[in-house]
Amino acid sequence: MKWRLFVACLLGAGLTGSATAQDADKATLEKGRYLAAASDCAACHSVHGKPEYSGGVSFSLPMGKIYSTNITPDPEHGIGRYTEAQFGRAVREGIRRDGSTLYPAMPFPSYARMTDSDIHALFVYFRKGVPAASVPTPDNEIPWPLSMRWPLTVWRWVFAPTPHTAIPRTAGEFTDPQLARGAYLVEGPAHCGACHSPRAITMQEKALTADGGSLYLSGGAVVDGWTPPSLRQENRTGLGRWREEDIVAFLKTGRAETGSVFGSMTSAVLHGTQKLTDEDLRAIAHYLKSLQAADHSQTPWTYDPTITDQLHKANLSSRGARVYIDRCAACHRTDGKGYPAVFPPLAGNPVVMQSDPVSLVHIVQAGATLPAMMAAPSSIAMPAFNHKLTDQQIADVVTFIRKAWGNNASPVSADDVKQFSKSMPPSDMADDTPALN
Amino acid sequence: MVKHVDAIIVGAGWAGSIMAKELTEAGLSVVMLERGPERTTPVEGAYPDSIDELRGAIRKRLFQNLSQSTVTIRNTMDQTALPYRQLAAFLPGEGVGGAGLHWSGVHFRVAPEDLRLRSAVIERYGEKFIPEGMNLQDYGVTYDELEPFFDKAEKVFGTSGEAYRVQGKIVGDGNVFSPDRSDNFPLPAMKDTFSASVFRDAAKNAGYHPYALPAANASRQYTNTYGCQMGPCNFCGYCSGYDCYLYSKASPNVNILPVLRQDPGFSLIADAHVLRVDLDSTKTKATGVTYLDTKTRKEISLSADLVILGAFQFNNVHLMLVSGIGKPYDPVSNTGTVGRNFVYQTITSSRVWLPPSTYTNQFVGAGGAGVAIDDFNSMNFDHGPLGFVGGSPVWVNQAGVKPIAAALGAGGGGTPRWGSAYKDSLVNTYKHSLGIDAHGSNMAYRDVYLDLDPTWKDAYGQPLLRMTFTWKDNDIRMNQYVVSKIEPIARAMGATKMNLVHLNAGQPFDTRTYQTTHLGGGAIMGDNPQTSAINRYLQSWDVSNVFVIGSNAFPQGMGYNPTGMVAALAYWAAHHIRATYLKSPGPMVKA
Repeated sequence: MKWRLFVACLLGAGLTGSATAQDADKATLEKGRYLAAASDCAACHSVHGKPEYSGGVSFSLPMGKIYSTNITPDPEHGIGRYTEAQFGRAVREGIRRDGSTLYPAMPFPSYARMTDSDIHALFVYFRKGVPAASVPTPDNEIPWPLSMRWPLTVWRWVFAPTPHTAIPRTAGEFTDPQLARGAYLVEGPAHCGACHSPRAITMQEKALTADGGSLYLSGGAVVDGWTPPSLRQENRTGLGRWREEDIVAFLKTGRAETGSVFGSMTSAVLHGTQKLTDEDLRAIAHYLKSLQAADHSQTPWTYDPTITDQLHKANLSSRGARVYIDRCAACHRTDGKGYPAVFPPLAGNPVVMQSDPVSLVHIVQAGATLPAMMAAPSSIAMPAFNHKLTDQQIADVVTFIRKAWGNNASPVSADDVKQFSKSMPPSDMADDTPALN
Repeated sequence: MVKHVDAIIVGAGWAGSIMAKELTEAGLSVVMLERGPERTTPVEGAYPDSIDELRGAIRKRLFQNLSQSTVTIRNTMDQTALPYRQLAAFLPGEGVGGAGLHWSGVHFRVAPEDLRLRSAVIERYGEKFIPEGMNLQDYGVTYDELEPFFDKAEKVFGTSGEAYRVQGKIVGDGNVFSPDRSDNFPLPAMKDTFSASVFRDAAKNAGYHPYALPAANASRQYTNTYGCQMGPCNFCGYCSGYDCYLYSKASPNVNILPVLRQDPGFSLIADAHVLRVDLDSTKTKATGVTYLDTKTRKEISLSADLVILGAFQFNNVHLMLVSGIGKPYDPVSNTGTVGRNFVYQTITSSRVWLPPSTYTNQFVGAGGAGVAIDDFNSMNFDHGPLGFVGGSPVWVNQAGVKPIAAALGAGGGGTPRWGSAYKDSLVNTYKHSLGIDAHGSNMAYRDVYLDLDPTWKDAYGQPLLRMTFTWKDNDIRMNQYVVSKIEPIARAMGATKMNLVHLNAGQPFDTRTYQTTHLGGGAIMGDNPQTSAINRYLQSWDVSNVFVIGSNAFPQGMGYNPTGMVAALAYWAAHHIRATYLKSPGPMVKA
């Protein structure tokens, strides 16, 4: 009896001791899981219907097609043989275990800003928190000689910062702790600039940080049929009229009074930003609101009720007004104000006023499904109209929406619509959502 | 190896979804089985396909597939029942959301005296007032007990309405006959259509007490207690028979399932036709259910500690009968309870034409919007000299007449069904007419009941449920009396023509034209296991780990639409399951 008690005590002591270490490991792993969400790893490394992080997402580049890799701990197909140092080099510097350079579809110029302790947590998560999946990565489809990797190495030497320079640069931009945290998240793990910053002809982002100039986050080139808007303070086409709480709501639930998520950003919210703490989301919003407008020429948007008055008097003489009344007004209303956070407003919506109308046309053509989010379980859909409206009707209604309510953006022609239909994203965005509600 | 879960719920409609939400909140693992297909608003409800009338109301997209399973019907016990082969008189739903997806959205509470109608009638008129053969009964639960659950349901449904009295204070122009509320409606009342406003004025001038129908059609955008979002109703008129593309009409699909689907403790299996509740050898405990996967045609058994029947009213009764839960009702010996007190509603729709200078625009509408009077409902008037039990609200509930329905409904009654006279009448009716309904109660009778058909079987080899139902003198006279009150109101509205419809003495129930889907009873709640199949917590008297949630619990058909009552009963039952049953499983009321 005594002997048993003695063993039990010993066991108890042992358990207590290891429990503390386990708690620390668990905390690191959870931190890594959080950073993986903040870094939106899943958007590129997970395919719906396959094991998480097993890769295989395709990227169409001008020279061919490349596939994201398996980043599960599988030793053969994944990163199971990576040491932490090798892992850190791949993430922050774009250097594979074999020494060759990654395609910069992997946003290592942004990840270069991530701290050693964050890289450690990320490594722990991808080694211990993600189940190994023996899924081979498809071979890239790039013909020789473009498939040679040494030019990528040159590109990396010229354009990609090293952690040695990048970490202090982002850390040194702001003294205000909230702004500093926002800068770290946006410029580092969240790699917003990968889509939202313009790129040079040699494909590097024209600016990687807030202090790198006003082109940073000033809007990017078309990605998968969608034009990433400016995240700076332009009044009409940027976030000038979004309050910090709108940005937080958008990133947390995919829906805000000022607009709803669509296109490629849907997956960034679904896999990434909705999992961030309110504190981090507020830091991101605060930071984005600090970025001055890149385009100073924009006159402030003010609501113009002319079209609304016409519609209320059944005056459908404006081009596209009839299509708008029949197809759009039920949800977006005759006043273009929508029903905020359920059906987004068109009046004053930056996406509607973007100089490139491709996103707007694609939403009309392909529809858009706002998926269920953890904090907003309703999935809300806009149907696709590509089979219901002619190119001319789509051109008319998009022109109407871009002109009405003070939007005053340029018209869109049927030829434009026809052209855009070639790059129309797949209609059923809902396929990617975990739950259809 | 049979998979085990804490609770199985049969049916993915309102009752099932409410129970699933409550039980997952209590930490239980829940499997919900739905015999129809999966239906989600972003896919099935997408505009404009969702409002295709031919596919929708005409070809019955959201309704039960009678080729697989139906009921047989006869009027009286000396007849041979025949299968109900075409959907007409009533329209049970099928698929995720159930009838809660295709309903119109009228969302009432209950008239408190309807819950104790037998006691109320005896108190006021004496026991002899109750006709021979009428099984008038109390529910065994009071309005005050249910009030918190009505309130809870309204906040989930996003109900629009105007209250009369909140916490003892008169707060608005609502229904003066309605009982006290703990809180106001979550949304303001829907606006009156023109037709409803004309009715409101005329009814008020006649000394009645008009009020806005409580509607689970959102008058504004709304986020409910579960975080689920609704868009505001635009009176498009595609409510009843459709899944609302605006997310305005409350449904399990819009208001509960989005959050349930995120719960790791919940799973929903569609295309799962439940064949029976499996019982142990004592027949006092359910061990699980057996269902047919209608896609693979495989029979699958699941085991569970708790089985909730949340299917449509008569499907709940059918499942009890084929599973052997409780004693089947026998009208001859007047014994048994399962199938007893099968009830309907006594509804007639009249039409009134206004002058050509006024436009009622029948295409405009919302399923739950309208103006009603309760002056002839429940115990709100003196039945003494009239000699019948029950009553009817009267209302103009312009729900939107769709084009095909308008065309099919025009002509007849002296007008040709073709040619220019037909077209004139069609246009005139569409533009200038309005409907007024007497939406009445229906009492229970000893020889009106449900049992298993001795002859007909469904596609799965199980006997069909047999309905024995016809109109009875008490309810016919009630209907005639209330319809007689419509005429002066219609005249005051400026009617140029009216077609007042009421039941006639001796008229049998006719299954060929739509009346209402508000079927009730058959497995009723009560205080006495000799006259009720389930106790006041909707728990089977005989198999205590089976709860039967739905309008099957109503001892008689009330004048109000049943969904609000079903939702409140579901929350009531769930509350007591969570507070009492789960801590100490077993009968919650001593038999």
